[in-house]
Amino acid sequence: MTLTQGIYIVIGAAALLVFLSMMTLALTWLERKTLARIQMRMGPMRVGFHGALQPIADALKLVSKEDILPSWADRRIYWLAPLAVFVPAFLLWVTIPVARDVALANLDLGLFYIVAISVLSVMGLVMAGWSSANKYAMLGGLRAAGQLVSYEIPFIMAILAVAMLAQTLNLREIVAAQSTFAYALILPLSLFLFLTAGLAELGRTPFDIHHAESEVVGGPFVEYSGAHWAVFFLAEYINTFTIAALTALLFLGGWGWPTMPFDGLAHSALSVLWFMVKTYAVILVIFWIRGTYPRLRIDQLMAFGWKLLVPLSFVNIVLVGAVLFYGLPLWVLSLLSVITLAITFYIIVRNAGTRMERNTVSVYSAASLRR
Amino acid sequence: MIITASLVLFYVAGAITLGGALVVVMSRNIVYAAFGLLASMVGVAGLFLIALAEFLALAQLLIYGGAVVIVILFALMLTRIEDFENLSDHPQWPIAAVVAIAVFGVIAATIIGTAAPESERVSLSFTALGSSLFTEWAIAFEVASLILLVALIGAVVMVRTSRGRD
Amino acid sequence: MLELAHFQVISAALFAIGIYGVLARRSAVLVLMSIELMLNAVNINLIGFAAYGDFTEGQRALGQVLIIFIITIAAAELALAIAIILRLYRNRSSVNVDDMNLLKW
Repeated sequence: MTLTQGIYIVIGAAALLVFLSMMTLALTWLERKTLARIQMRMGPMRVGFHGALQPIADALKLVSKEDILPSWADRRIYWLAPLAVFVPAFLLWVTIPVARDVALANLDLGLFYIVAISVLSVMGLVMAGWSSANKYAMLGGLRAAGQLVSYEIPFIMAILAVAMLAQTLNLREIVAAQSTFAYALILPLSLFLFLTAGLAELGRTPFDIHHAESEVVGGPFVEYSGAHWAVFFLAEYINTFTIAALTALLFLGGWGWPTMPFDGLAHSALSVLWFMVKTYAVILVIFWIRGTYPRLRIDQLMAFGWKLLVPLSFVNIVLVGAVLFYGLPLWVLSLLSVITLAITFYIIVRNAGTRMERNTVSVYSAASLRR
Repeated sequence: MIITASLVLFYVAGAITLGGALVVVMSRNIVYAAFGLLASMVGVAGLFLIALAEFLALAQLLIYGGAVVIVILFALMLTRIEDFENLSDHPQWPIAAVVAIAVFGVIAATIIGTAAPESERVSLSFTALGSSLFTEWAIAFEVASLILLVALIGAVVMVRTSRGRD
Repeated sequence: MLELAHFQVISAALFAIGIYGVLARRSAVLVLMSIELMLNAVNINLIGFAAYGDFTEGQRALGQVLIIFIITIAAAELALAIAIILRLYRNRSSVNVDDMNLLKW
């Protein structure tokens, strides 16, 4: 490793950090505006044009806030936890390309790298939950661990189907393989699994039970304030952006579908633009879901993950494997996928609001308690 | 002795590995021990990376970083150990230390006493690893998956509380 | 210059630390963690040989395949051991290995 390589890595990492921070600021504004529109409000309007400078004001407020350390907290782990959440979120972007020739490192094991690194962020949440010495934080941390580990399986299986079809783990080659058909057309089932499990991995509504304000008052982050809370916040939005970007790359054809006309720098610029359009479309869908879905209960969350998504992801793998093994045309796969998806939706609609198991929650009437 | 970048990285990864391991065996707080184990496993993943085995490094992170440490933490939370933060060592710990140092001494002396052939690191493409795993060692792979299944079913059966009792 | 011996020494040190943990710690969970350390010491040794040894590609692949199996079996062993520890805790309200002495002389 020479000096120029070292300098290149430092500059690349710094550029990536700036890019991701900008995206986070944009996302917070976009989220507030979208939610406001869904709820027939205006959202932030005061700072800048239609509140465009609101994220910067928020960031300044957060940084200038006092950092509070609870007296019973475990100091070392408490300060380390935000870092343990942020670093994996940041490291993921090392291999995610935004255009054919624009990526920090084009790893051959790109997809596997993403799977392996994304698992690590669970540790940060558990660390935050444990070290805060707060029962709500502890509950939130354990909920996060249970939820993320459960939804890891359908998440990985959905990615695996894409890798099987593309015959590669390299993200750039996966995009190249979609130049004729985006995989959303061939693998709608996989797309559904990926987005649902991805939302759960992010802990966004309707899967935000680990920092559900009305149940565990903010979960692992209860005790955090100021700059350290801002780091968690940053990591969460970077992760949202990552899931959206991965959806665009793996299922919507990234920059490669439909094919770009130019070459060279114009190709790159146009690719980035096209990629961003797709990513933000997915992000709007995520915000839309947040604005319109109620939160799941924890037993519903686990039941949905283990009884529906996990078997479905296995079915998905079997379908892809069978079609590839017998060399059937790809439209058979999309047909099978759509049929499975239709059956799934039918099951979901039939079992909407899964019946409460006995002994999970006891409901007392106010009268019985007064007696 | 020539200092190369890979040597520096090796010492960093080795220090993380051994430091984490020392936290596991020394700390008075069992949660610190779990985080020490995590650090140690990340260090081992780094060593794999330095030995040019990217796939194994990522698998190590995935399995140990994600799963194993979480399982251990869950076990800690479920057992409600009273002396959670004030562990005591077995009174035989001096003997244990002597044994550990002796083992290390014997192995290290053997390593240094054996002339290793001068050679360079050779990487193995993960496609070669995959084809070896799924053709030559396919039966072993299936048996391993069966063992995992049996172990997990056994674990579930063992910790399950039958309703009515408990 | 990075050599095979570096990997072997790190491996030996990690193994020794693991042995110390198994012998000196009282909590069963910590004994389990120490066993994980020892398994990883073996993995480091294997990867050192797989990278440096004078082998054919198939033999190198075998070295890495062996590590995959060790990781798999370690995970299975961990799940079972944690289950046993939880069961012991329910029966004897302790995870202290000294208290499990019914089979002792």
